[in-house]
Amino acid sequence: MQTMVVEKPVTYINHAHTVMSWLLTKDHKRIGILYLIVVSTAFALGGIFATLIRMELTTPAGDLLSADVYNRMFTMHGVTMVFFVLVPAVPAVLGNFVMPLMIGAKDVAFPKLNLLSWYVFTIGFCFTIVSMVMGGVDTGWTFYTPYSSQGSESNVLLTGVGVFITGFSSILTGLNFMVTIHRMRAPGMTWFRLPLFIWALYSTSLVMVLGTPVIAITLLMLVLERGLHLGIFDPRLGGDPVLFQHLFWFYSHPAVYIMILPPMGVISEVIACFSRKNVFGYSFVAFSSLAIAVFGFLVWAHHLFVAGISPYSALIFSFLSFAVAIPSAVKTFNWTATLYKGAIWWKTPMMFVFGFLGLFLVGGLTGVFLASLGLDIHLTDTYFVVAHFHYIMVGGAIMGYFAGLHYWWPKMTGRMYNDTLGKLAALLIFVGFNLTFGPQFILGYLGMPRRYHVYPPEFQVLNVLSSAGASILAVGYVLPALYFLYSLKFGAIAGANPWKATGLEWTTQSPPLPENFPTTPIVTEGAYHYSKREIKVA
Amino acid sequence: MLSGFSLFPEQASTLAPEIDNLYFGVISITAFFAIIVVVCVVYFAIKYRDHTGDKVGAPITGSVPLELGWSLIPFFTAIGIFVWASVVFFHIVRAPDQTLEVYSTGKRWMWRFQHIDGQREINELHVPVGRPVRVVFTSEDVLHDLFIPAFRVKADAVPGRYSAIWFEATKVGEYHLFCAEYCGTRHSGMIGTVYVMEQADYQEWLGGGGATAGGTMLQRGEALFTQLACVTCHLSDGSGRGPSLVGVYGSQVTLDSGAMVTADESYLRESILASQAKTVKGYERVMPTFQGLINEDGVAALIEYIKSLQAGGTRVASAQ
Repeated sequence: MQTMVVEKPVTYINHAHTVMSWLLTKDHKRIGILYLIVVSTAFALGGIFATLIRMELTTPAGDLLSADVYNRMFTMHGVTMVFFVLVPAVPAVLGNFVMPLMIGAKDVAFPKLNLLSWYVFTIGFCFTIVSMVMGGVDTGWTFYTPYSSQGSESNVLLTGVGVFITGFSSILTGLNFMVTIHRMRAPGMTWFRLPLFIWALYSTSLVMVLGTPVIAITLLMLVLERGLHLGIFDPRLGGDPVLFQHLFWFYSHPAVYIMILPPMGVISEVIACFSRKNVFGYSFVAFSSLAIAVFGFLVWAHHLFVAGISPYSALIFSFLSFAVAIPSAVKTFNWTATLYKGAIWWKTPMMFVFGFLGLFLVGGLTGVFLASLGLDIHLTDTYFVVAHFHYIMVGGAIMGYFAGLHYWWPKMTGRMYNDTLGKLAALLIFVGFNLTFGPQFILGYLGMPRRYHVYPPEFQVLNVLSSAGASILAVGYVLPALYFLYSLKFGAIAGANPWKATGLEWTTQSPPLPENFPTTPIVTEGAYHYSKREIKVA
Repeated sequence: MLSGFSLFPEQASTLAPEIDNLYFGVISITAFFAIIVVVCVVYFAIKYRDHTGDKVGAPITGSVPLELGWSLIPFFTAIGIFVWASVVFFHIVRAPDQTLEVYSTGKRWMWRFQHIDGQREINELHVPVGRPVRVVFTSEDVLHDLFIPAFRVKADAVPGRYSAIWFEATKVGEYHLFCAEYCGTRHSGMIGTVYVMEQADYQEWLGGGGATAGGTMLQRGEALFTQLACVTCHLSDGSGRGPSLVGVYGSQVTLDSGAMVTADESYLRESILASQAKTVKGYERVMPTFQGLINEDGVAALIEYIKSLQAGGTRVASAQ
């Protein structure tokens, strides 16, 4: 090889240049990039909505936005962030890109289906955008009946259809990933040699395939109820508005695990790499993902403790909610133990892992407050809940996504970004995040209800702190966009393995070949053999 | 901006200290675990830092005793919190006997309250200090939620059924009353004030004001009972086409399906508005529905009247 005069190596990026070659690609890596573009757009959009919300809440009076516009803002913020950022971010962007590489496959099991998933996702997103342009929707991302079925005069139908369509992208991706992980592993890649990210993606796919049809049916029922007034949720026709909440949360609580399990998998990868160690308790971390996926289906009614369910069923759901916290605790302890006697390399991805650990810890532990029946009655529907789920979904999931993006960026693009700026972004996000959402725990216990456009003046100080934090957070999120784009042209050449990591994805060139590997790799060891041998630096 | 600023809500009910103790208890327990993890992460990250990226970590793969330890210790701690929180929960949902009843209806975007003695108010609720009060409420349109942070109580108002909260105020004063379930455009305007008054002031408040037109709830309920012709079937000796309603409130009723239900406010409400839903064993399914013929205030008044019908012909106003 060295003796030949090599031109620029062929990569999945440069082997074809036309727009059509991207829009009709069946390459999982290109599809991952397509997802990255849509998800980043959605993230920016959701971020703009969040900015307007925080600006409005700087003063107790409703002086920036009208009540109606404010309600549409938080609804569109929730819809965009949940369905078009949090759910697809790690599985569809990072999972699509690295999963086949990590298991030594040429592609996913059904490449055409994979492209179809992206189209379905993007069409769903377009529907949602159209509904926003036409005035948006004001039901809250939870679409509770009977407000959504009778009360609201906004574009519930269009948004509902958009989310309904998007759901199929999740189902198809989940199916594709499960089959790929079952059938396409390289020779020697046994289940217990799989990287923990793959275990997390597998567990997530299970939830996507089993849970998403339920939200699809629920939204269909809502659309029928709103359009034809069938009376499913209308008590005057013998329906039950609370039934909607059961159906909605039967998907939407497991959906929280769709959002957090893949980032947890990312954390395991990054922490192993930058500690130069095996992940402590590999099989416990792997099985805790599966346990979370299964138990996650049994806790939905903890969103309904004040909705009039029987106190005895509340007891059962409270108990199960405590139980589902244990696997997450086990993961956290294992990650902490992984650091012990490691050789910890402080690079940007690891900084995001430290941020994740701190924020996920707070998010997880405040979940204990909400699982506690006696506290949930006071705390539910207040800012305490808002703070809690942002710590999980943004502090946990987005931090994990950023860790993964910074970890695999050199693999995806072949370029290095500026490490100092990366660390600065991690710090800004961590500090800004805590300043934004920390005060909201106090606001919640004080009794400030969520989704309030105007609020009593005694809550202002904490709201101003929160808005100030949000502006730091915004800078922290814009910064990576800048240095990532800069790196595409001016970044140092990364080489195949800039982090000196183990794992099959680092054995091929960066950016990878269109067919991933020159020859099918043969696996002879576990995923994290750092301490066993010299790491090949290509 | 700093007026009324505080970091902790006022404790103004008998339940509040119990919930706050639980809150501080859970804070202490979770902080304990959080501090362990944070100290370990920070200490390891600094102690084992490697600037070169060339070293490798120690060949440690795991430890079953440790895994068991950090699974079981949090698990049993969680069970402890679960039991404690559940005990508190039952104090919140189980009202004591002999409460002062107030009926309420949420509608976009206001709360209407009606007292046993006939007073009605909007977005204001006057209650006496030191006496258990139970608010029975429903919604006329979408979901709402009656939330009084100073009392630490909250429940959704669901159209088509009754919810209830109870509290015993311990401090005279004025407290926020919020709608905590998103209900549309002016959701954040659906707020009001709870006035906790000394017993004497409360009696005075009950006596004054012209808001009692139409008489007490009992009187209005009795009038409706005749007006809607309930009285023609529900004869007090049980010989009518419908069952006698004397002493029915709070009793166990056997349905034609064989099931037993407790005749609480929700059951009575359903029997009036959706009369075909449940039929008492031994009676024909002949009662017409009163949906649309009677408003929420009327239903509440009827229920108060039915509650007052007690065996032996004595009428006990539940306000006493």
